[in-house]
Amino acid sequence: MLILRCPYCGVDVDETDLHGGGEAHLKRFGPGSTDDEFHDYLFMRENPKGVHFERWQHSYGCGKWFLAARCTATLEVFGTYPAQTTEPPKEVVEAIKAKRPNWEVL
Amino acid sequence: MSNVVSALDGQVAPGEVTVRELGLRGMITLRGDLSSRKLQNICKKLTGVAFPKQGGVASEGDKGLAWMSPDEVLVMVPHAEAAPAVAAIEAALKGEHFLAVNVSDARAVFSVQGAFSREVIAKLAPADLHPDRFKEGMMRRTRLGQVAAAFWMVDEETFCVICFRSVAEYTFGLLKASAGAGEVGYL
Repeated sequence: MLILRCPYCGVDVDETDLHGGGEAHLKRFGPGSTDDEFHDYLFMRENPKGVHFERWQHSYGCGKWFLAARCTATLEVFGTYPAQTTEPPKEVVEAIKAKRPNWEVL
Repeated sequence: MSNVVSALDGQVAPGEVTVRELGLRGMITLRGDLSSRKLQNICKKLTGVAFPKQGGVASEGDKGLAWMSPDEVLVMVPHAEAAPAVAAIEAALKGEHFLAVNVSDARAVFSVQGAFSREVIAKLAPADLHPDRFKEGMMRRTRLGQVAAAFWMVDEETFCVICFRSVAEYTFGLLKASAGAGEVGYL
């Protein structure tokens, strides 16, 4: 079971109260981009065994989207932060590096 | 005027923990900038309670204010006062970016009262209801069984639960079953 802290409500929320939104920090390629870029934007996703950044919606609560960094293998959560963030915040990166010294930001 | 009735017409399930449908209550969903002085003032004026902080609730009888999200607050007033209250909010917030809707008739309200009311809720919701973690003055939006609901503590032994009117019967049955099954003795 996954428990994430909603950065808007400040409460620990069970997975069943949330709605998953897939990989976080995607760069959108829309009109004007090449077919390859658009294809990659639409279909190509990271599927790591280890540290992963995801979008989650607190659907049974405040309804807001937020981002979470967690390990897909151990379900360890490194941090959650508001969706209005274009890259992982420093404290989350530090929390990951403390636990996974070999991990690097992609 | 039509005769307004609540979803379950005040149904009661007595027991060690009593589940009671509280009848009609005026509820207004107010979205906007919660840090706005004007918004806070009109909310306080309508309900007479303090404006809640993140995750908080303040209630007194039928009146109250509950924090629903960073840009939403639930204004509770007696049922007959809901429409005038929306008008008052609209007048007070003229020119600001906001939305106020009377949702009174879309909701049902329950009280869960008794020594182990905490466990009655804890059995149904994926929320931490340990006395150290969930206290009076806190609002929790989550689910009960399979439906969305929100609850807070009126006092140490009483929970107030709100849900959509369309699932009032399910929620009542759920709370009744949870209360009837007795105490777990964990919390």
